[in-house]
Formats: sequence, structure tokens, C-alpha cells
Amino acid sequence: MLKDITLGQYFPGDTIAHRLDPRTKLLLVVLYIVGLFCADSVLTYGIMAAVFLTCARISKVGARALVRGLKPVLLIILFTGILNLFFTPGDYLYQLGVLHISRQGLEMAVRMVLRIMLLIMGTFLLTYTTSPIRLTDGLEQLMGGLKKLRVPVHELAMMMSIALRFIPTLIEETDKIMSAQKARGADFESGNLFHKAKALIPILVPLFISAFRRADELAVAMECRCYHGGEGRTKLNPLKYAARDYWALACGAVITAGVIVLGRFGF
Amino acid sequence: MEPILKVVHLTHTYGIGTPFERSAVEDMSFDVADGEFLGIIGHTGSGKSTLIQHLNGLLKPTSGKILLEGKDIWAEPKKIRNVRFRVGLVFQYPEYQLFEETVYKDIAFGPANMGKTGDELDRCVREAARLVGIRDDQLEKSPFELSGGQKRRVALAGVLAMEPRVLILDEPTAGLDPAGRENLLANIRDYHRNKNGTVIMVSHSMEEVAGNVDRILVLKSAHVLMQGTPREVFSRADELLSAGLDVPQITRVAIALKERGLDVDSAVYTAEDLERQLLTLRKGAAGC
Amino acid sequence: MSTILQTENLQYLYPAVEEGEQATVALRGVDLKIEKGSFVVILGHNGSGKSTLSKTFNAILLPSTGSVCVEGMNTADESCLLDIRRRVGMVFQNPDNQIVSNVVEEDVAFAPENLGVPTAEIRQRVDLALGAVGMAEFAQHAPHLLSGGQKQRIAIAGVIAMEPDCIVLDEATAMLDPTGRREVLSTAHRLNREKGITVILITHHMNEAEDADRVVVMDDGKIAMDGAPREIFAQVEELRSLGLTVPDTVDLLDRLRRDGLDLPLDALTVDECADAVAAALR
Repeated sequence: MLKDITLGQYFPGDTIAHRLDPRTKLLLVVLYIVGLFCADSVLTYGIMAAVFLTCARISKVGARALVRGLKPVLLIILFTGILNLFFTPGDYLYQLGVLHISRQGLEMAVRMVLRIMLLIMGTFLLTYTTSPIRLTDGLEQLMGGLKKLRVPVHELAMMMSIALRFIPTLIEETDKIMSAQKARGADFESGNLFHKAKALIPILVPLFISAFRRADELAVAMECRCYHGGEGRTKLNPLKYAARDYWALACGAVITAGVIVLGRFGF
Repeated sequence: MEPILKVVHLTHTYGIGTPFERSAVEDMSFDVADGEFLGIIGHTGSGKSTLIQHLNGLLKPTSGKILLEGKDIWAEPKKIRNVRFRVGLVFQYPEYQLFEETVYKDIAFGPANMGKTGDELDRCVREAARLVGIRDDQLEKSPFELSGGQKRRVALAGVLAMEPRVLILDEPTAGLDPAGRENLLANIRDYHRNKNGTVIMVSHSMEEVAGNVDRILVLKSAHVLMQGTPREVFSRADELLSAGLDVPQITRVAIALKERGLDVDSAVYTAEDLERQLLTLRKGAAGC
Repeated sequence: MSTILQTENLQYLYPAVEEGEQATVALRGVDLKIEKGSFVVILGHNGSGKSTLSKTFNAILLPSTGSVCVEGMNTADESCLLDIRRRVGMVFQNPDNQIVSNVVEEDVAFAPENLGVPTAEIRQRVDLALGAVGMAEFAQHAPHLLSGGQKQRIAIAGVIAMEPDCIVLDEATAMLDPTGRREVLSTAHRLNREKGITVILITHHMNEAEDADRVVVMDDGKIAMDGAPREIFAQVEELRSLGLTVPDTVDLLDRLRRDGLDLPLDALTVDECADAVAAALR
């Protein structure tokens, strides 16, 4: 069950999307997010959706995987949709007791839901086509300037990279612990919210303890492989911009600028 | 006598409809007699873990049935938890599931979930602790203060405290040193003898299984390859070997002796038995 | 034959956890010399000190008293630390807790990256290392999806990428199934034979010591026995008193000897054992 969560999962491949420099992809995601938040009309939303679908095709991500990527945030999406649907004042279309549904509410709900979905699935494409180590390499390089401000850029990048690598392992372990506690009669389904929260203790305590133990063992293993911080580290696959990166960034910049301009002119 | 557990044409398929569709268990059928000590052997990937998780209702069959004392355990899906109290399952490296503040409380988790309280709960906890060799003074300690071997005993006690009719152990001696292994197996043997409980032990080690169980179930690639008493199973050593499984070292020695012309029964699997056979041979030869 | 690793009167105390408690003495004066290119197995029951000993080899733990020297360098000397760790690589028990990356080749590259090896050379080393452990076709795979034995082989590749002189396998087979154990052992033996890498294997599985050059048995923080596998296994009673077992073949021979048959105790393998018994009974 938990294995279905594809958050942070990387799928190796040889598409253009995979071959882009991670910094390019990170910058494109930023441009994409800016575009999404500036989009305000059917036209601009349509453009962003088209951008997303094109990228999804290029990355060869299946529709199923995308939908699975939405699972963890389903609650937020529903919540946002409902909130906007029922609590936006305007021309009332329908009344359900105390709750009103207005035309504006309907529009807002659709906009917000679409925005969140495109947002999540767009960033999902990032982790889908970029291995965590490449991702953090990219981040580390982009944030390199911050080193001058004494920000521990390398250490942060290493922390993120390791955290991402352990997500599937910890998920597997959570599954195992849950099975073991269920075998002793633990019930994670029934009861009120308080009950369910209490029922999580037999899972969280062993999981935390195990996580600390793992961290300790991993640290020793890293030191044994001569890890001593960011000084003097080289890379197996150093980041190098290629022509395709410049093209991709140019396209991204143009589209985002286009969406902002169109918005300005009321399209 | 009605078998206490009956597995009937059990199949479990993961990922139905996806490109990852795979049957971990395919058409398995076997009985477990009341009070018997059954060993399950098989490689990683033979379906062992999937199989045992069906026996206590953690996994639901894709097709087929599991009968506990004659009744289908999934007849009333809402009551499946009760099955887990009667069929206790101890996973591999169970010490990683301990979570309570004291050993006592951790062992009490299972029986408490069954609804036990007060004196009855106390009795269950203390009895289980005694069975695995945990002393009274250790009961008030934090489980995390104990050694690895002791933690494992606490985890085992946690399942025994539910007083299950069937006890399933998945590789109980994994990661233990020879002395620790012997100790734990002795504990399990005592439990089986004294409580007349049914015990199912999954193991990788032929030697471990051979020396302790009444019957062996051999799994290969999601199927039951063969079942029978240790003698019956190891007399088919060549089948086991060609299936990529192993046989006890003593059995291999017996087979090698047979190849060298000695009249030895190669279905033997303990050093003691082979020794006895060889001594009889020597006497026979001397007597001529 | 030169010495790659040497301990002198090595003692180690684990500090007391609670007030009023005494420190636990894990090592009580160990004098050990490991020859370059040898395959040494260190056996012992849990608590005998074998794991503590192995952790002093590359300065994870520093001696409380005495010294540990790797190719002339003292492990207590901080300036030599990286050099020592490069020469004496270590593979641990838990396959998952040694993996740093989501991609096999990136994980194997971790050590050379730390050492500042130039990019082109890292690529060569990674390819060579993966080839040496038989995992070349898994270079782009996600390590957490591999079997235990495969993960440990990746860990070994990660160590080989440092071009070490010695690999220490600290109970590296303890959590593996028989297939995984065989994979790791045959990889270790092959590296020892073909590349001359010294291998130190810490374990409590007796049968893993059968093909070693030398067996060292630990007990109560000291070396209790030290010699060739056949010599060691023949001392059945002593091994039993140290909390270890002997292979079933040796057990059988021991029993028959006590029944009066004239048999050697060092016929370890199934065939040797059968030959000896058959000969004695004819």
C-alpha cells in the first residue's frame, strides 16, 4: 500500500528530460511555478496545461504514475476545492442549507484545483527525471554563491540527498513495522481521530529509533569511505550545460513571459 | 483428526493489471496437524513470507481459502483481527518492533489488544516472559536497555502472551551466533513440548529445520515442491539439489559414502544417526 | 611477506553508561599481525570482542591502550586518517545503511569523489569496481531494489573504488540468506586471489572459515586460537567451550574417533570426510 507513494521516486531513462542539466530543470520549475501563479484565464491556464502535457510526453511518464503522484496531496486538493466552492461570495447558483455555491466559487474552485494539480505534477516530473543526487548537485551549484554568506550549502545538499535516498527504505520499514504490530492485534482503522493518533505510536517509536540507528551507521560508513565534508570533492558526473539546456531555458523564459504579458493585456 | 490449519489452493498475485503482475504464491495446498512442529524451507522468492502472512490474515488470498479449525478465516472479514490472536506470527528481526517504555508493557500490547485486563493480563505477560527466559527484574527495564538477543526474546514473548493456538516463526534465529541459536531453538522446542501448541518455523537452514521439526514443507518458485517427514524429504535429496536447494551436510556425507560403496541409508540427517549406522556397519564387518 | 596491519597490546574499554557502573572491557591486550595478501577469518561468539577489534583497524575506534598500525601508520595519528581509511576499507553488516545514493554507480563513486579523484578516472574506477564484483549491468539501477547479496556486493565495489590494500568485512554476511552469503564470499575470495587484496572476514558462521588462509578465534577480548582452518577445526572441545560449533563433518569424525575409529579431524569438506570414513571402515 505504502509502496504506491511515488514521491521522490526516480525512474532512470534516456529522454531529453533526463539528459537536461538538473540546474536547467530546477530553473524551469521556478519559471513554471511563476507562470502557473500568473495564469488567470482559460487561455493562460490552457498554455500552462499544454506545457505540462508536452513535458510529460517528453519525459515518457505514464498517466498512471502521474495520478499516483497526486495521491499524497489528494486531501489538500479536495480541501482547497471545497473551501473555494462553498465559501466564495458572488452570484449564487445553488444553496445547500447554510452553504452556498456561487458561479465565482465554481470558477475559483476549478482554478485552484487545476493550479495545485499542475503544480504537483509538474514538480513530480522533476523528481521523476532527475536522480536525487543530481538534484542536490544542481541545487548545490545554484546555491553556490550562498557559501560566501557562510551558508553550509554542501552539507544541506548532502542532507537532502540522503533523505531522498532513504524515503523508499523507510517506507518499506514502516510497512514491516505495521505488519508486525497488526500481527499483535494493532488496529489502525477503527476509532476516532484520537484513537488513530494513539495507534501510530507503535509505528512511530520503532521507526524513529531505527532512523537514528541508520543515521549513525551510515555516518560511520561514509567516514570509512573518506568523507570529510565538501572540501576537495570531485564528481563522477559533473554538471555541464549543453545546447539543449540553453534552448530549454529560452523556451521556458519565453512561455512564462508570454503568460505574464497575456495576463497584463487581459487575455 | 481435523487439521488445525488447512491451506486450500491458495494463490496470491501482486500488482494485478500492471506490468509488474506476479504470483508470489500459486495454488498451494497443505494441512497443518494440531500440535505438530512444521518446518517451511525455501529460497528467497519462493513465497515463504507471502504464505505465512496469509495464515494470520495479514494478507488476503487472490483465490483459495485458509481454514482455521475448519472455518474460513475470511468468512467474516471484519473479525479478521481475532484470527491474529489465535495464529501468532513473529517476523524476522522482531526486536525492531519494540516500542513501549518497559518490557512488561511491550509484552502486554498483544493481550491488551485482545481485551485482557487486570490479573488475567498480568498472568499472560509473566507466563510469556518465563517461557522465553526473561527474569522478573528485567520486566521493569526499558526494552532498549537490553542486548539484541534479549530484545528478540521480548518480541517473541509479546506474541506468546496472546496464547495463540498456532505459533509461526519467520527465521527466528536470523543473525544470532551459534550459542544464541541453540538457546532459542531449545526454548522453542520446550514451548512446543510443554504447551502442545502447533509451531510453524520458516528457515533457510536445512540443519536447523531437520533437527527440530515433525514435518517439512519445501517451497520453490511460489509452489509446494514436496512435503513430508525429514526422512521422507531428505531421501529425495537429488530432487532438492537439482531444484537449487540444499540438504544437511550430514545427508551429503551419507550420499558421498553411498557413492563410495558403503551400505548407508542416505535419508539420514543428524551426525548421531549416521554415527549409529556406521558403527553397525563396522560391527557387521568385524563379525564376519 | 610484509605486514599490512599490526596491533600491539591493544586494549579497548567502552565507557560506563550509568554512574557507578564500570567500563566494559572489550579488548584485553590483542597482539595481531596480518600479512599482506592473506585471507583471514576472525571468529567468535557475540561479545567476544571481534567486532570491536575490527573497528580499530581503520580508526573508527581508537585504542584505550596499545596501538594499531596500518602499513606503518599509527591509527591514532590524525594526519594519516584519510590515508589509512583509503587503504583499509570496510563493509558493514546492514546492507541498507551503507548506501548513500539512489543510483548504483553514483554510490560506488562516493569514495573516489571524496578523495578528489579526477572525473575521468572516477568513471574508470567505478566501471572496474562493478566488474570486479560482477554487478556491471546494474550500474544504473536503484540499489534499494536489489537483493541483500547484491547490495553487499555494491558496498564492496564502493570500497574497491578507493583502490584499498585491505578489505574488512565486519559480519557482512550476517543478515544475508545462503545465496547472498555465497555471493559475497566468492566475491571476497576472488578479489583476494586475483587482485591480491588482503581480506579480513569477521563472522560467527564456522563454514565461512573453511577456505581461509588463517583463522583467529576471539574470546573474552583476547585471541584464544590462531592457525590454519584445519588445525583450528580439529580442536572440537575447545571450540565448543568458546561458544562456537564445528562443521557437521568434523562433528561426525569426532564422534567416530571417540568410538575407536582411527580418523583425522581435519577432513573438513564432505568429500574429504567421506573418503576418510570409507577408508577407515574398509
